[in-house]
Amino acid sequence: MKIGNFSKGAKVVAIAAAMVVTGTVAQAQSVNLTGSGASFPFPLYSAWFKDFGQKTGIQVNYQAKGSGGGIEDFTNGVVDFAASDAAMSEEELAKIEGGVVMLPMTAGEIVLAYNLDGVSELKLPRDVYPKIFLGEITKWNDAEIAAANEGVELPDETITVVVRSDSSGTNFNFTNHLSAISSDFESKVGGGKTVPWPNASNFVAAPGNQGITATIKQTPGAIGYIEYGYAQQTNTPYAMLENQAGNFVKAGPEAGSAALASAELDENNVAFIVDPAGDDSYPIATFTWMMFYKDAGQDAAKVDALKQMIEYGLTTGQTMADKLGYIPLPENVVETDKKSMEEIGG
Amino acid sequence: MADTPKSVAPRDGSVSRPPTAFEYGYDKSFRALTFAAGFVTIALLVYIFWKIGGQAAPAMQKYGLDFLTTVKWNANTNEYGILAEIWGTLYSSFLALLFGGVLGVAVAIFLTQGFLNARLAWIFRLIVEMLAAIPSVVFGLWGIYVLIPAIRPLAHWLHETLGFIPFFSTNLAGPGMFPAMIVLSIMILPTVAAISQDAFKAIPMKIQEAAYGMGTTKWEAIRKVIIPTASGGIFASLVLGFGRALGETMALAMLIGNSQQVTLSLFAPATTLASLLASTFPEAGANQIGPLMYAAIVLLVITMAVNIIGTIIMNYTARQTVT
Repeated sequence: MKIGNFSKGAKVVAIAAAMVVTGTVAQAQSVNLTGSGASFPFPLYSAWFKDFGQKTGIQVNYQAKGSGGGIEDFTNGVVDFAASDAAMSEEELAKIEGGVVMLPMTAGEIVLAYNLDGVSELKLPRDVYPKIFLGEITKWNDAEIAAANEGVELPDETITVVVRSDSSGTNFNFTNHLSAISSDFESKVGGGKTVPWPNASNFVAAPGNQGITATIKQTPGAIGYIEYGYAQQTNTPYAMLENQAGNFVKAGPEAGSAALASAELDENNVAFIVDPAGDDSYPIATFTWMMFYKDAGQDAAKVDALKQMIEYGLTTGQTMADKLGYIPLPENVVETDKKSMEEIGG
Repeated sequence: MADTPKSVAPRDGSVSRPPTAFEYGYDKSFRALTFAAGFVTIALLVYIFWKIGGQAAPAMQKYGLDFLTTVKWNANTNEYGILAEIWGTLYSSFLALLFGGVLGVAVAIFLTQGFLNARLAWIFRLIVEMLAAIPSVVFGLWGIYVLIPAIRPLAHWLHETLGFIPFFSTNLAGPGMFPAMIVLSIMILPTVAAISQDAFKAIPMKIQEAAYGMGTTKWEAIRKVIIPTASGGIFASLVLGFGRALGETMALAMLIGNSQQVTLSLFAPATTLASLLASTFPEAGANQIGPLMYAAIVLLVITMAVNIIGTIIMNYTARQTVT
């Protein structure tokens, strides 16, 4: 056995030596990639990386520590790539020498999930749900909610608003949307990764998408914002929201794609769709990004592996998105990504 | 057997001999090791203070004492204040002490004053101590999935009928001070029970016998003799239990609702220092690190002060029983 192992080891060394000498393409197979960042796309990314690893032999280790943590790691140079739901700000970009390539890799929708006995369909007009999150509407049978939901029996129950206790990309996108459609919300709370929610006794905060989902499920009369995928996987009902065109739209792949179609990426490949136009667009949709170093001094094998990974994510990866509750990227965004990824590694 | 001492004893008839060089060396290195262990502990504490203090210093200068007296946490405008967290930490710990403390002392009396035979008492003690081994996150999950649905009707009824009392002025939505307090009480129960048991056991048998000899009933003996005699130890157990409650993180982050407000209501969501740190730190940007470190220092100081007081009381009463 020992001898067997030894000879196997020797063989590996010999092959490695041969590769170094001849410099074959097979080099990529011994490359490991590390990344960290957003937790929102983690279920999708982990499915990608598992399949990708089996197909190519390139191991991708991704730590879903949150967008903020990912950007921090990326700035300190301890990862090969990072992921963030809020992309990177000009200020953060300036800290990276050599520049950054940002690629939208997938997209998601934020739904308003609720817990109301016997109410399977709930419509929330765009002047109403910001008021719920401002603590101005506190009862489910409030006249403004009732007006939009004729025929639905709404209980005389306090609305328990569940918000995020941690800093997050989901917070960033949701509060920016609310600020865009309500000037009241913009001035009182504003948009950001952490925001000062009203200190009312019907507001509770829970950590993470899972935390909010669990709290909603356990609390009769609760409403909260979570990623569409989480609501779908846990069978939590979510409200139809009124979009810019005045239609009530339910979150889903088509409504999400329609929202993304209106997005125009800037030169950094960033676009925040705070209030998408279009008859069928779901109002709260967002891209999520991966970030790579532009720097030319990177290991060529690593750059090659990164490009393979992106290529995989943009092709095979997109077909998995729908099943896991994400929106496949529109064709034009995929094309932009493919062009931009050539800039990685100079 | 009879001839063994003879064979061990040296020729001059004495059984004693000077320690060997190895024994000297062994003793010395053991001493050095214990000293080192002691100093490392102190050095570690100093290092933690110094390191966190260093990171908190800019925030301390910037926000000063206003930080401790305002209710605000806004990363966008860089305004921070932790009065709500300090209040929530102290209030939840105090309430937990009220319930967990009474329960813990009662358990200690039950287990030490001959209500049970020795074997049963041993089993009971084991079970109470096992509570201390349950991970915090398990308590948190239990709180969310079992406790909150169970207490919701009671909380609702209290709010409806006694809503004019400030403690019941809001309705319990789900997470809030009340469930957090109950879980916290259970978590400090083993600490309080274990230390007060020691206090009860330290009472000389003679004192109990004297009490019974004077014709007291069991209840009278416990109330008028045993509890006053053990009061120092009981008090110390409460202070240490309080210290344990102050630093509890995960279960509270899951149950207290993390809402920045200062209210007496038991059914309103609140927040604590430990829960603020746990939920904000992982994604905190550079601008939030300073204020968070400042909050950490405040928590460290509060917890240390409480523990030091507890230890001093315990030492003081221990001396008293000896003399």
